[in-house]
Amino acid sequence: MNAPTYNFAYLDEQTKRMIRRAILKAIAIPGYQVPFASREMPMPYGWGTGGVQVTAAILGTNDVLKVIDQGSDDTTNAISIRKFFEKTAGVVTTTSTADATVIQTRHRIPEAPLHAQQVLVYQVPIPEPLRYLEPRETETRRMHALGEYGLMHVKLYEDIARFGHIATAYAYPVKVNARYVMDPSPTPKFDNPKMDNCPALQLFGAGREKRIYAIPPYTSVVSLDFEDHPFTRYKHDACCALCDSGDSYLDEIVTDNKGSRMFVCSDTDYCETRQSQGHRGSENAAPYAESKHA
Amino acid sequence: MYVAVKGGERAIENAHRLLAHERRGDRDVPEVSLAQISGQLSLGVDRVMTEGSLYDRELAALAIKQARGDMIEAIFLLRAFRATLPRFGASEPVDTSRMQVRRRISSTFKDMPGGQILGSTFDYTHRLLDPVLAGESMPEAPALAEAQPLAMPRVTDILGRDGLIESSPAEDADQPVGDLTRDALSFPADRDLRLQNLARADEGFLLSLGYSSQRGYGRNHPFAGEIRLGEVEVEFMAEDVGFAVPLGAITLTECQMVNQFKGTDTEAPCFTRGYGLAFGQSERKAMSMALVDRALRARELGEDVQAPAQDEEFVMSHSDNVQATGFVEHLKLPHYVDFQSELGLLRKLRKEFHEAMETPSEMQEAAE
Ligand SMILES: [Zn+2]
Repeated sequence: MNAPTYNFAYLDEQTKRMIRRAILKAIAIPGYQVPFASREMPMPYGWGTGGVQVTAAILGTNDVLKVIDQGSDDTTNAISIRKFFEKTAGVVTTTSTADATVIQTRHRIPEAPLHAQQVLVYQVPIPEPLRYLEPRETETRRMHALGEYGLMHVKLYEDIARFGHIATAYAYPVKVNARYVMDPSPTPKFDNPKMDNCPALQLFGAGREKRIYAIPPYTSVVSLDFEDHPFTRYKHDACCALCDSGDSYLDEIVTDNKGSRMFVCSDTDYCETRQSQGHRGSENAAPYAESKHA
Repeated sequence: MYVAVKGGERAIENAHRLLAHERRGDRDVPEVSLAQISGQLSLGVDRVMTEGSLYDRELAALAIKQARGDMIEAIFLLRAFRATLPRFGASEPVDTSRMQVRRRISSTFKDMPGGQILGSTFDYTHRLLDPVLAGESMPEAPALAEAQPLAMPRVTDILGRDGLIESSPAEDADQPVGDLTRDALSFPADRDLRLQNLARADEGFLLSLGYSSQRGYGRNHPFAGEIRLGEVEVEFMAEDVGFAVPLGAITLTECQMVNQFKGTDTEAPCFTRGYGLAFGQSERKAMSMALVDRALRARELGEDVQAPAQDEEFVMSHSDNVQATGFVEHLKLPHYVDFQSELGLLRKLRKEFHEAMETPSEMQEAAE
């Protein structure tokens, strides 16, 4: 029987070179979706195969890898992807945002600011921001080529006419480098401002749809809006019940059958770091009332 | 204290252990062997090889066993393995007119050189559950006859002599053949890539699309010109020795559909072709593939593209069951960050709705 043997970080070097060429092109044309010959990976399409291929192509032996899903390092798919790279690349992994050189993410951007030595790799299900307005790839590619984004503005305008504001909560479209309209992947719009002028390189991989795109460091990323209806960041009405943060993205946890609920940071590393610094929320009262942040 | 998201690593390990346990089933029952799967569930193995794009009966049988009989999961396993294999090159085109035929039927001619060979088929069986098979059975040995001489012309070649059917594209060994597993696909796609996509496509998806074309959604008046099953030699051009060396024989099912074509101002009416090819004995797949191949030639033949089966972007983007199952099943992954955003938005919209209901005049103004 043909027993399989695998290269460093799973992909063969020829495939990595092909992906790196696509990444370089993506960096050269910020926000443009570069087609690439996505490989069949040993995890299902839709479960991060694009992000995994990008990470595999850029990972070096000295890299420190962090993998998050929904902001957390301990969600099952994040664990599964982290273990995949521990096994196939033997790289050091971490849960600390500050210590990581490569961060692969699904649906969130870490709360802690990223720095210039980092790469943020997004897993992308549907890379085409115009897809739900126009299902045909041949059409949407033409619209991008001509910078013809009227359809998207009409959609946003219809929201305003109907609801009085733009009713898009996640995967909120952005314009990159004043040229391409781009899907930020299904991150909440809360995270959109973090993409703008970010010191870290941001790479986006869509495996099933076979597209890679990028935001180079310090590139302008503007959430689409109108002068009289400017983009607003989603704001929770609560603070984190564990670390008392008032400006992080919160998950809502239902705590009993009566529907009681509490809110905690979605970014677990951020929340734990704050707690270790002595911040305490309502559900996590410090043993001594005179704790550090009092 | 909230700890619900902790313990994922342990949960995964336990899930894998439980899966292995359930895969084994009742431990008092003998374990199924790869030889049993390959030999006795052979049509399942053929399907997994076809849609997995890898001709290896043993690995396909292993995949079926590992997948607990879930065919799409087995196809996925084989595909993921295939993706890691080095590429030495492409074989010479296989010549199905030199197939050692085990079954060959035509619905267009009562008889033709080489004759009709029924071979093994469910076609004329009465679908009555056979209690004999519930126990151990020892069927009669098959009836034997002399093997046919190797060359057996294809029915479409017979039609082609009179120019009644469009000719097959000429064989050109220097013309590169596309490979959508190695290069990014873009639309419009040429027929080589379309056929590769269809060969890997989900049998059920193609069956339904082919069926829809028969029911009038992109009708193309098909006849099963010929279906043949048998073994063909695969040869590889070895540059250093300067000639093609045989690598071995593989089993193929080929279907040539013969379809109506009304002609255009510059072209006389003639029959056209739809082509299907699959590993092993996969007649339903090969026939469905041929129907959809012909439907997808609408643009090339100047026909109106109106039905789903004729729409190349629709068909090729949704035919792959490994892609489809991944994306459908990824809904199982946590989405609570996005859901939280939607929840926040929905609460806001409902609040605004109810506030507007309480002050109807304002709502009217807002609408103006
Ligand atoms: Zn917190």
